Amino acid sequence: MPTENSNHGADVKAQSLSRIYRMGDSLIPAVDNVSFSIESGEFVALLGTSGSGKSSLLNLIAGLDTPTSGSVAVAGRDLARMSREELARYRRSTVGMVFQAFNLVPAMTVLENVELPMRFAEVPRQHRMDRARGSLARVGLGHRLNHRPSELSGGEQQRASLARALVNSPSLLLADEPTGNLDSRTGAEIMGLIHSVHQEGTTVLMVTHERPLAERYASRFIFLRDGKLAPSDPAEVSA
Amino acid sequence: MKAGDLVELAGRNLRESVLRNSLTTVGISVGVASLVAMLSLGIGLQHLAASRLAKSGLFDSIYVTSGRRMEGPRGRRENRKGPPPPLDEPVRKKMADFTGVAEVYPDVRFPAELRLSSAAPQSSASAENASTASTSPDTLSAGQSANGREYQLISGLPMSARQLETFDNMKGKYFSASDAPEVILQTDEAKNLSDKPEDLIGKEIVLRYASRHLLKDPGATSSAASEFGAASELSVYAVTPNESKLKVVGVVETKADAGIRGAGSAGAYVPVDLALKLEPMQMTQVRLAGDRDPLANSYGALIVRVNRSSQVEAVEDKIKQLGYNTFSLLDATRSLRKFFAILDLFLGIFGSLALAVASLGIINTLVMSILERRREIGIMKAIGASDGDVQKLFFAEAGAMGVLGGSLGVLLGWAIGRVINLGTRVYMERQQQFTPDDVWLVPLWLVLGAVGFSIVVSLLAGLYPAARAARLDPVQALRYD
Repeated sequence: MPTENSNHGADVKAQSLSRIYRMGDSLIPAVDNVSFSIESGEFVALLGTSGSGKSSLLNLIAGLDTPTSGSVAVAGRDLARMSREELARYRRSTVGMVFQAFNLVPAMTVLENVELPMRFAEVPRQHRMDRARGSLARVGLGHRLNHRPSELSGGEQQRASLARALVNSPSLLLADEPTGNLDSRTGAEIMGLIHSVHQEGTTVLMVTHERPLAERYASRFIFLRDGKLAPSDPAEVSA
Repeated sequence: MKAGDLVELAGRNLRESVLRNSLTTVGISVGVASLVAMLSLGIGLQHLAASRLAKSGLFDSIYVTSGRRMEGPRGRRENRKGPPPPLDEPVRKKMADFTGVAEVYPDVRFPAELRLSSAAPQSSASAENASTASTSPDTLSAGQSANGREYQLISGLPMSARQLETFDNMKGKYFSASDAPEVILQTDEAKNLSDKPEDLIGKEIVLRYASRHLLKDPGATSSAASEFGAASELSVYAVTPNESKLKVVGVVETKADAGIRGAGSAGAYVPVDLALKLEPMQMTQVRLAGDRDPLANSYGALIVRVNRSSQVEAVEDKIKQLGYNTFSLLDATRSLRKFFAILDLFLGIFGSLALAVASLGIINTLVMSILERRREIGIMKAIGASDGDVQKLFFAEAGAMGVLGGSLGVLLGWAIGRVINLGTRVYMERQQQFTPDDVWLVPLWLVLGAVGFSIVVSLLAGLYPAARAARLDPVQALRYD
């Protein structure tokens, strides 16, 4: 789905970004004073062990969570300063998200799942079907439009999820362990699709704990350990 | 999100857990049905009572008498300064012009003797042998004709009295005009004239009564006046026997209640203008027959009929200001209206109780739905739904249950009402002493109001779940399994 946005990937700048969760009396710094930047059109892999704060950082960049302190700016706009309504608008227009657990709505068909973000974006009804079909065709799922997610294989579900993430033509694609629930062959197919999205100019930030995957597709790595940025250390990040 | 999408998604979500949502919706419809049933019963009863009261003529009329002859409590004469105002034609017209007044007519009641006319001119057969009518088989038996004489109270009624309950089941017709030479007989009284009172309809009867009229001869007037030793302006009346032929147009079963407009339990009714034309000596005038009466041309009493019973008070006050005595059953209607207001309130409260319980059902269903759809809400937020979108979606689901439940409930309430109406009709017909009436009345405003109320209650019930769903943290929700 090449559109205007696809050619202008969003840049990401994090400045002293912190997210501290409160668990009873204790404070848990999931993201601790992290600063980094991702250039427009880059493919960056976010690596770290389980519980290192990768997903928390991704949620902050996705605008699903708000930082305790610091700032994170996407395409020049500071998410920390946005209202909840503005964050929702940001999520539906700038960001596309792919999850490890696919997160499709089980009651809806594949086509309806892909159509859903366009309902929130108030895309006119007559355009929605075309765009949804186009997006599904692109991920190779044009023949399973009216199936429910439960009727699909894991790989197919992740394709549908990717089609949904791309349908509003985001400038930033956030992928949280997109191959985590897939066998290596289907995982490679999904990564191929993400790679093609990146090649059209979309900035991609992928959370993974699989070092080889990251090395194959990403142009740059960010390592996290205990919520802090860590220097590149293959021994520590390999799963 | 656009309204169309909202409705579509809400409908889809409701269908997803169809049993639970249907049960909740049925709960609402039962609530609405009970509200509709209760209120329509109240409205129906009130309507029934109001129409019966209106028909009784008790509650929309004011009985007006000249201040002069009214006696206060314990027989004390009320003290007034100066002579009391006359109750004459100009005053009648003046009262008729008051706002809210439907009509003003004099209360005319007089005793008279009713006799069968020796001939019945309406019958062409008897017209030929009019002179031998007493032997004609067409007229009623001669013996009865001779003996069938009876003094009765004759009452003058306006054309509007047709609506009185007395005339609901009358046989024959009502008066054709307010001065037509016609008479309506009361069955029991008419039995003196004929075994079958209905057969009298169309026949002619003779009214014998005492006529009281002003002596026109100035000489006679002055001599009579001097005889009484009164001032020259005093009027003098002659009371003479008189006769008038009247056609029987109708027979009524029941005696009119001794109300204001019912004009007492009279044995026969004549049109009021005809009654005035006859110049009968009225009941109230008997004891004044020889009295010095400066209010000669005045009516004994006027009956003022107002459009609505609520206007009685205002009109009565105005009439009192003119210096007349008035009498009405205002307080009775006031307490009756109060009774129905309280009855409606309680029926409404009891009816609403079921709806209140049903609204708890909505809250319960939606809260359950939030728990079930936690992850879905998280997904929707992750792909761009705002708090408002999620809130509106839950609101729409609550509203949809309200619309469906409300419509269903009105239908249900209406059906219950129909059944009860049918039941009461059958019962009343079996009892035979009641005219069957609908006790259940569902006006359009109640239908619309009930559906609207159900939607409002549903939306109120959806307020908390919708807010809770909107507040849901997407990060937490996505982690939820």
